Order: sequence, then C-alpha cells, then structure tokens
Amino acid sequence: MSFMEIKDLQVHYPVRGGFFNTIVDHVHAVDGISMEFEKGKTYGLVGESGCGKSTTGKAIIGLEKITSGSIVYEGVDVTNQRRQRNSSYNRDIQMIFQDAHSSLNPRKRVKDIIAEPIRNFLKLSDLEEKKRINELLAIVGMPEDSKLKYPHEFSGGQKQRIGIARAIASNPKLIIADEPVSALDLSVQAQVLNFLKEIQQELGLSYLFISHDLGVVKHMCDEIAIMNKGRFVESGTKRDIYQSPQHIYTKRLLSAIPNIEPSTREARKVERINVEQNYQVENHKYYDTNGRVYDLLPISDTHAVAKKEEREVVI
Amino acid sequence: MNITQNLLTIKDLHTSFRIKDTYFDAVDGVSIHLKKNEILAIVGESGCGKSTLATSIIGLHDANVTRITGEIEFKGNNLAELSEDRLNDVRGNDIGMIFQDPLSALNPLMRIGDQIEESLIYHTKLSKKERSFRVQELLTQVGIPNPKRVAHQFPHQLSGGMRQRVIIAIAISCKPSIIIADEPTTALDVTIQAQILDLLKDLQAETQSGIILITHDLGVVAEVADRVAVMYAGQIIEEAGVDELFSNPRHPYTRSLLNSIPQTHSDSEKLEVIQGVVPSLVNLPRTGCRFASRIPWIQEDAHENEPQLHEIAPGHFVRCTCWNHFYFEGEEGGSLT
Amino acid sequence: MWKTIFRRVLVMIPQLFVLSLLIFIMAKFMPGDPFTGMITPDTDPARIEELRIQAGFYDPWYEQYFRWISNAAQGDFGKSYTYKLPVSELLGDRALNTLWLALLSVFLLYLIAIPLGVLAGRYQNTFLDKTVVLYSFISYAIPVFVLALIFLFFFGYQLQWFPTSGTVDIKYDNGSLGYIWSKIYHILLPAITFAILGTTGVIQYLRTEVIDAKSQDYVRTARSKGIPINKVYSRHIFRNSLLPVAAFLGFTITGLLGGSIFIETIFGYPGMGQLFIQSISGRDYSVITALVMLYGFLTLLGSLLSDIIMSIVDPRIRID
Repeated sequence: MSFMEIKDLQVHYPVRGGFFNTIVDHVHAVDGISMEFEKGKTYGLVGESGCGKSTTGKAIIGLEKITSGSIVYEGVDVTNQRRQRNSSYNRDIQMIFQDAHSSLNPRKRVKDIIAEPIRNFLKLSDLEEKKRINELLAIVGMPEDSKLKYPHEFSGGQKQRIGIARAIASNPKLIIADEPVSALDLSVQAQVLNFLKEIQQELGLSYLFISHDLGVVKHMCDEIAIMNKGRFVESGTKRDIYQSPQHIYTKRLLSAIPNIEPSTREARKVERINVEQNYQVENHKYYDTNGRVYDLLPISDTHAVAKKEEREVVI
Repeated sequence: MNITQNLLTIKDLHTSFRIKDTYFDAVDGVSIHLKKNEILAIVGESGCGKSTLATSIIGLHDANVTRITGEIEFKGNNLAELSEDRLNDVRGNDIGMIFQDPLSALNPLMRIGDQIEESLIYHTKLSKKERSFRVQELLTQVGIPNPKRVAHQFPHQLSGGMRQRVIIAIAISCKPSIIIADEPTTALDVTIQAQILDLLKDLQAETQSGIILITHDLGVVAEVADRVAVMYAGQIIEEAGVDELFSNPRHPYTRSLLNSIPQTHSDSEKLEVIQGVVPSLVNLPRTGCRFASRIPWIQEDAHENEPQLHEIAPGHFVRCTCWNHFYFEGEEGGSLT
Repeated sequence: MWKTIFRRVLVMIPQLFVLSLLIFIMAKFMPGDPFTGMITPDTDPARIEELRIQAGFYDPWYEQYFRWISNAAQGDFGKSYTYKLPVSELLGDRALNTLWLALLSVFLLYLIAIPLGVLAGRYQNTFLDKTVVLYSFISYAIPVFVLALIFLFFFGYQLQWFPTSGTVDIKYDNGSLGYIWSKIYHILLPAITFAILGTTGVIQYLRTEVIDAKSQDYVRTARSKGIPINKVYSRHIFRNSLLPVAAFLGFTITGLLGGSIFIETIFGYPGMGQLFIQSISGRDYSVITALVMLYGFLTLLGSLLSDIIMSIVDPRIRID
C-alpha cells in the first residue's frame, strides 16, 4: 500500500580534529528513523531546532548523503541515487522550502522557474510546455501575466505559490514541505495552508510536512512523528499525539504552545511546571545513559513511543 | 481617567519615513497609554507599524530620514521632542528594550558581562566592583546558572534561550519603569518561548514595571498580556482587555486574524483567509476605512468616512463602524447585533 | 594554537617543494645565462663554454635541481653571479632594508586609512564622506610609477625636502641616533608614496563596514542602553568594522616585505624589489630562484599570519 518506505535512515556528519585534522567523531544528525508513505496522506515531522527534522527531509530528497539505512521507492532501492538524472524518483519527489524568496532564482522569470522540472523530466513540446505553465499558474491561483515577471515582483505568499507551482510541475507523488509557512504572516499562512490542502485533494498528493509549529501540523497532518536528538520519540495519528501523548518530550512540547484562551493561563502554567518537573525526574525512562532516545515501541496499531523496555520477569 | 496613573501616554503619534523626498506615516496617529504593572500587547502583521511604534518611543530611528510628531509623555517630558543627550538618560535607564533576535542583538566581540555592565556605567554611580557584582546578580535574576562563568563568555557560546536572558538582563539592569519587548520570543523554540514569557511575567510582578509587548503571535498575547491593541496599516483598529478581546473580538480584522490561526485544540477543516495583501507604506490609502478593500462584500456605507475609535464597552475601542455590519464571506449576511 | 601553527608550517614544506621545482624549471627556460652578459668582442667563446661546463649548465636538469635544492635546504642558495656574493648574504642586507620600508609603510597606511574610512562611514553622504571617496578613487587611479615620479621630482628635487636615493647618510656612525634618523628620513618619501597608494582598499572596506555596522542589531541594542553616540562608535562599531581589515593585515605585511619593484627602483632604494628586477635582467639564476622561493614562503606565511590575527581579534574564531 505504501509507495515509499524509509528504513533506519541515518545521516552523520564528521567532526574533525586532532593533529592531522582527521575524523575524530560523528554528529548523529539523523540517527535511525523509519517511515512509510501512502498516497494522499500528510505526514508531519515535528521538533525543535537542531532535532534533525530538516536533515531528514533533505536526505530523502538527496540533498544530504545518507550514511546508512535505505529508501525503497516503488520496490526499488533509491538510497543515494539522486544523481541519476532521469529516475522516476527524482520526478516524483519534490520540495517546498521555508524561505520562498531565496529558493527562487532572482534572475529567472517565473515561467522558467516553473518550467525547470518540466524540461528536466517531462519532454514536452514548446506548445505543450506553455499550456502546462498556464495550467500550473491557474492551479496556484496566479494570473497568467505573472509568468513573465521576476520573483522580486511578488509578495511572500505569492512567492510561496510560485515555489509550490514549481514543486507540482512534474506531477509528483510526494512533496517535502520544510517549514513552508513559518516565514509568512498569519493571514497569508492561512491562504497557503488552505491551498496546500486543496491541491492535495485535486492531485492526490502526499506531503511530508516538516514544522516546529504544532498548531500548523495538527491542522495539516494525518500522521505525526515527534523528533528529538535525531530520533523519533513518538509517532502516531493526529489523535494519538494530541489526545494521548505518551512521551515526556511530546508532553513538554504540547504544554509549551500558547493557547488563545487567556482564561486558561494559570492552569496551563501549573501544567507546564508539572510537566517540566516530570521531565527532570523521569528522564531516565525515556533516554538511556548516553542521552539517546530509546527505540520506538508500539502501544497500539498506530501509536508508538520511545520508552525503556520494561522486561517482564520470566520465571 | 487619572493621568498620573499612567507611566506613559502617547497622543496622536506620527512616525514617518522619507522615501524619495516624501514622508510616509508608518505610525499614523496612534494614541495609547501604559499603566504601572501592566503588560500591554501591540499585535499586528508585518508592516503594520508596531515595531516602528516601539522604537519611536525611545527615538532609535535614523534622524535623517525619520520624522516623529505627537506626544510621548513620560515623567513630565515629551520624549518626541527631547534632545539626543536627554534621551540617552531615559534609554536603558527608565526604559529598557528587548529585541527579537538574541544573537544579532548582542555584540559578537564583547564579553557578556561587559555588555550588561555598559548601561550601569552610564546610568549609575556604582564602582567597578559593585558593577561586576550587579552583573552577576542580574544574570542570576534572569535564571542563568553559573553567572560568573557566563559573564566572561561571548554570545556565540550561549544557546538562543540563554542569549535572550542576557538581553533581558541588559534591559532590566537599571530597574526601568518601562520595558519594551519587540518580538522577544519569535526566534525561539516553543519550550524556550514559554520559559522566557514566564520569566518576563515574573520579573514584571517583582518590579511592578510596565511592559509593552510587540508581537505578531496572538498565542503569546493570550498567554501574557493584560491589555491588547491590534494595529493595521499604521493605526490601532481595536483595543481591549485581553479576555474581552479574545472572547468578544469586534473589528473585522481582529476576527479574521483569530479565525486564521491553526489551533491545537480545534479540528476546523478550513482556515479563514483575508483577501488581498497588506498595502505597502507608499500605496496605503490614507482616507476611509483602511481595511475596507479586504472585505469587499461589506457594503460601502457600512464604513465611516473618517474612521474613529469608538468605545463600544468600557475599555473596549473599535475603529470604524463596519464591525457592526461585518460577517465572514460566504456566511449569512446580516449584522452582528 | 601552537599545534595549528606547527601543522600549518609542516604543510608548507610540500607546497614549497612544488614551488621550487616550478621555479627551477622556468628559470632554466629563460633565454641566455649569466655569462651571456660578459661576452665582449675580446672574450674567447671557448673560455665562456668552459665556465658554463664548470657551473654545471650542461648537466641534466634534474641533477642541477637536486644539487641546488639540497644546498638550499641547508641555507646555501649559491652565489650571485653579478655581485659575486653568497645569495643569503646579499638577500640579508636587502631584506633588512625592505623590512624597514615595509613597517613604516604599513604604519603610515593605517594611520591615514583608518580615520578616513571610519569618518567617511560615520558621516555617510556628507561632504566629508564624498571628499574621502573622491580621494580614494584618485589614489586608486594613479599608477604607482606616476605618483612615485611626481613625489620624487617635487619633494625630492624641487623642494629638496627628502633625499632622492640610498638608505642612509654615510657621515653617521652605525647605531647612533643620527644614523637611525637618517635611515627613517631616507625611507619616508617612498613609504608615504606606498601608503597613499595602499589606502584605497582599506578606506573603502572600512567605510562599507562602518555603514553596515551602523544598522546592525547590536548597535541598536547599544543605543537602547543610552550610551552616548561617540561611545557607541568607539566601543561597538569601530572594533567590529576593523575585523575584515585585520583579516588582510597578514597579507599586507608579507606582501610589502616582498618589496615594490617600482618604488624601490624609482627611489633608488636597495631593497628586494630592486634586486629582483636587477637579477632578472642579469639572468642571475641563483638570486631569482631564491627570491621567488622567498616570495612564495611569505605568501604562505601571510595567510597563516592572517588566520592567527583573526583568531586573536574575533572570539568566534578559535584555532587549536
């Protein structure tokens, strides 16, 4: 059922030092995560800065070299195969970036930006290409005359739409969206989020939605993984994560989100302090002596938590 | 209202920037006051003038391209008309400032302790020894463990949350009666944000100072503010106590903003979208209701010709009359009342 | 830090080795040799040939190279054919002369450039700023030899304020106060010329840096503390703006140590630049190769020096 599977993905960066500047250690930016992707679903990857969520996204699309683990796409192992130009994997996985402004080449017109994946993957005639560009602009709700303009002539929300048009140009199956709305104002953010949902239904897309904003993730995602120190601490459906969070780190994140009901302030502060105390006290149940997150243990069909395995004493 | 209760009273403030020999108002006639022991939040999207308002208060703009008119009454002086020297007596001393990005707001080449000590040199008569004692006291106060070591460190050696604590220590070093915090948690992770907001609230309770909190994040507002002013296109369009504003928002802009927040506790499928974009400083229409073009389905005569702030309930002000006739696009038409 | 310095010096050895090979081969490709210049109608061609064989010029190039490099490794760069002196001795004198000139030049350069750059940046777009920018453009546009000749003619011959050649008056005893003053007096004019021409880069750099620093967040923080504006400049903007200039300091110093061909030649100052030109026209292989080796070493040293300076002035950069 799943069209793509990631198994035990690891991305390590070398740390150099010593007299001859040799590799003395590795930073485990991503340290063994596994995911499966199904058509039409949105997967959320949540964590604080430096947790490895962006590295995961980049490793999947081939912008970071995978140290170990595998990505199997439609039965074919595509780990570190990104450089093969014409593979269907390249065509079917696309990306939207946080900073729409710097991810668009300022010296290219909108039509050339959008046409790039078309030219790379689709081999259309000039006329068909033109038609496709108009079609894409219509999908992202931009007027046709914008194709002759340059990126700086657009507002932040419009630029993000251009980035989305480029991402969907080659009819991808999965779009990796790395903090796609965190640089946008609230009202524009709402426009882009609504729009992402619309095209998902129209085109049957899957999303890997990478974000630090638990509100946005809840709004967008079906399944969510919480990431900490390069590993998943908890994964499950939206309901699992938000209704019955199990891992102390998840609870801590959730309790820190500001709520727009001022009346709940005091109660929430008390809860926050409690969670923080628990976090200090119960740390050993969730992290081993090296501070590493334990492996995920399933607690239901959909829900898994990284916890110390409590072995039953066998007599 | 008794004026002496107010720490700061701003009346009809205009801050304009020169663009090609013409001045454009980024803050366009703002009147607001801050009371002792109060957190006043000023909220709005980018370009609404909220940060300009904050920096206008202590005159941090480039005087060559900026014009400030109006009254900023503080301790019997009008800050808008004070000389640079007299303003320096107020800055850092009576009014402390906290900025958004704690990394770039600290001098990368200067030790933490020296950066905190600087305001003490110019505003107090403390000896060198007393100052270094006070620096450590301040670092402890903002919750930094091992203050002695941190005072000798450089900004890049601290985490984002710790840096923001240092900035707060600088702001409160001379026990100011007002703290202006410009997006103090925007660059931080949520868990750190919660800690910093708690710290600000605790410090305020301790010192009884007034805080002006500039933010775009309505969640942060709901978490810490006592009173809220919503800004749009250089003007305050709604002002109310925090409970009132969130339970009973009136202005179409406030209501739309609140409905566009993806929330963790609700399962709404679709977010409210505000049509169009925020007009730029140069293209801003200066007459009529500035929000009218973004709610075109509301009939024109619902707006005032020169929209004023109306007190519709004690302490609750709304600009223009259009709120009375507003409904979300696609909903049943009709007035709110 | 010592570890890094030691490592960097070690890395220099293979770099210098490759350089020496290239230099040697290129020197051999030059037409003519030191004896060509000795040929007069009276010289016996057979005698010249004999000298050439004696000097080993007909040996395979690699044999010549190894002979040379193994001597060079022991500090013996051979003998100058023109001066009949060991190269190391010849270079020693010249290098000392150039060193004095370089140090005074660098001192004057920063003495002029730093205040001008900072003032231009601080008072951006004012008359002062425009004047400084105009000055720096003019000094950039004037070729070295033109300015050197103008100065020499005007201050040296017309006004007779400065001596026009040499390094010291012979009437003073070595080491006396008068001797030292005379030395400085002799290098003053070339040093000023040098400094003026070098200011452009530093002024422009510093000006941009100051303008950039003015709008930085930490400067806004400093202003929000209520510090007088002059202190904001001296404590915050100045030091931060000097960083990129400091990054070039190492290169500037070692660059100047190489000497300036034009300035030393025009002012008749016996430094390394002058020696370089003379030895090239005289096909004085041993001197040329030694000089180029020295320049190569200075370049490498400059980059190391710059890194060390940066690690001292910028706490974010640490070398271990």
